[in-house]
Amino acid sequence: MISQISAVTSINLRSIPQRWGMSLATILSIALVVGVLLGFLAMANGFRATVSGTGSESIAVLLRSGSQAELNSGFGRDTVRLIETAPGVARDEDGAAILSAELYVITDATKRSTGNDASLSLRGVDDMAPRLRENFELVEGRMFAEGSNEIVVGEGVLREFSGFELNSTIRMGPNEWRVVGVFSTGGSVFDSEIWADIGTVQNLYQRGASYQSIRVQLDGETGLTELQDYAENEPRLDLDITTEKEFFAQSAGGLSNLIMYLGWPLAIIMAVGALAGAWNAMYASVDSRVREIATLRTLGFSGFAAFVGTLVESLLLAFIGGLVGALITYFVFDGVSASTMGGSFTQVVFSFAVTIQSVISGVVLALIVGLFGGFFPALRASRVPLLEVHG
Amino acid sequence: MTDVLYELTDLSKKYTRGKESVAIFEDLTMTINRGDFIAIMGPSGSGKTTLLNLLGGIDKPSGGQVVCNGLRIDNLSQAKLAKWRSSHVGFIFQFYNLMPTLTAAQNVELPLLLTKLSSKERKRRVQTAMEVVKLAERAKHRPRQLSGGQQQRVAIARALVADPDVLLCDEPTGDLDRATADEILETLQLLNSELGKTIVMVTHDPAAAKYARRELHLDKGRFVETGAMA
Repeated sequence: MISQISAVTSINLRSIPQRWGMSLATILSIALVVGVLLGFLAMANGFRATVSGTGSESIAVLLRSGSQAELNSGFGRDTVRLIETAPGVARDEDGAAILSAELYVITDATKRSTGNDASLSLRGVDDMAPRLRENFELVEGRMFAEGSNEIVVGEGVLREFSGFELNSTIRMGPNEWRVVGVFSTGGSVFDSEIWADIGTVQNLYQRGASYQSIRVQLDGETGLTELQDYAENEPRLDLDITTEKEFFAQSAGGLSNLIMYLGWPLAIIMAVGALAGAWNAMYASVDSRVREIATLRTLGFSGFAAFVGTLVESLLLAFIGGLVGALITYFVFDGVSASTMGGSFTQVVFSFAVTIQSVISGVVLALIVGLFGGFFPALRASRVPLLEVHG
Repeated sequence: MTDVLYELTDLSKKYTRGKESVAIFEDLTMTINRGDFIAIMGPSGSGKTTLLNLLGGIDKPSGGQVVCNGLRIDNLSQAKLAKWRSSHVGFIFQFYNLMPTLTAAQNVELPLLLTKLSSKERKRRVQTAMEVVKLAERAKHRPRQLSGGQQQRVAIARALVADPDVLLCDEPTGDLDRATADEILETLQLLNSELGKTIVMVTHDPAAAKYARRELHLDKGRFVETGAMA
């Protein structure tokens, strides 16, 4: 049976060039389906990798209870003082808490790609902030001076927004700022932020001595529990405390799921269209070889061999289409930088990521199209009347 | 072993056209002996090709029996018939029915793919069959690179290669010029006389029928034997 199937399959595959137009149309329509799907998946994966890749298990984020995002949070200096002495917080060699109290405001900047204004995060921090970001590196210039109108910007900001080149002066709202440094946190969400001295930000944005978040270095594996227990039992504190990793994973989930929920249905609708194309191509393939199929069956080849041979042809065309779609998406989209609205209504810069997993998903979708597109034509091939041998 | 290869008893074949039933032939009884070379002639629609289809097991009769080599084939399942055809019948068609994407040798090898022969043995048999039809040097050519006569020789080699009991030929020279047709018919005659192959050939052409040992005219569902050669 295997030699029958391989002979029929070989005859089918060798005859593809005789129907190259129809076969090419099938390949391209399936490539388009896979391309669209992988485009969406690359967007979702890239966004998720950027946001959920941000954050550490050993750093805790403290927000006002129920605020969920930094933008909604807020507390005073007294809360920071309590956390500075709280258990579970790691301390440096001088015994000082490793902690960064931060203020988070939204500002506007011009996107390079469209020329339109978009929201960006301006974070007021002190010199502890870099210590509480994994992979922080000042790649150009220096950190801002305390009490100055100086800013350092993430690499994503420099890449996607205009006016942030080193040593340039940029107006944001009523204030002018001088860019004195560019930092990287290895592609995480912080690369989409602008940092300035917290005292300056508090003054210029009239926030008094308020803060919106605290990041603390946790003291060992039990640090988080100790800190949470302390906050729960201290009546002057009203905080939600999570690890930084969990905080960003929650922020990423919504949008990346939304992208996925858009991508899959769109790809499936298009797949139905491609299915019709595959159907046509495979029916044309069978119809153009009716006499050949009848001849093989007259010689003694089984209907099953004719069925499998046709199905394999369909699957091969679909597989090629899937690979073409994946390759095009990879070369066009993989690593392409884009930005979109993140969890706090500010832009998050991320790179499209065409992963092996999504390529596999795309090729599997293509094979499903090939399987359904080939099934009925294959059935027709297996039932070609033997009398067609005289046709 | 009996000399009779085929026994057809009370064979009938009817087609339905709309509500009408059209009889191609009824109560047809005949025998074909081993080593026969029979030419079946008759006007269009007389049932020549239908009879060939019934002998080859690619169509089923409406009534009666077809027995080949002692085996009743008219009531076999499609799968059993396919297996039976692969080892007992070689077909030769008017338009050759070669696979255009395969070489001549690959076309000839097709029936052997249904056997358990090793690849080496298959190649050896293909070579022999190609030599019998004097086309060994064209083994690697594809059908479009061969003339009509050469393509029909490849088809003959394909029909021969599995050493079947009978060669069933449907207008084997209908697509060829006279000289080429004569070459093909001489080849068939040689296969009959030298290798003892039983051949049943349907033809319109009286000149082609002269190469057969027996000529049968099918007319209105009845056979009229009109001639025999030595």
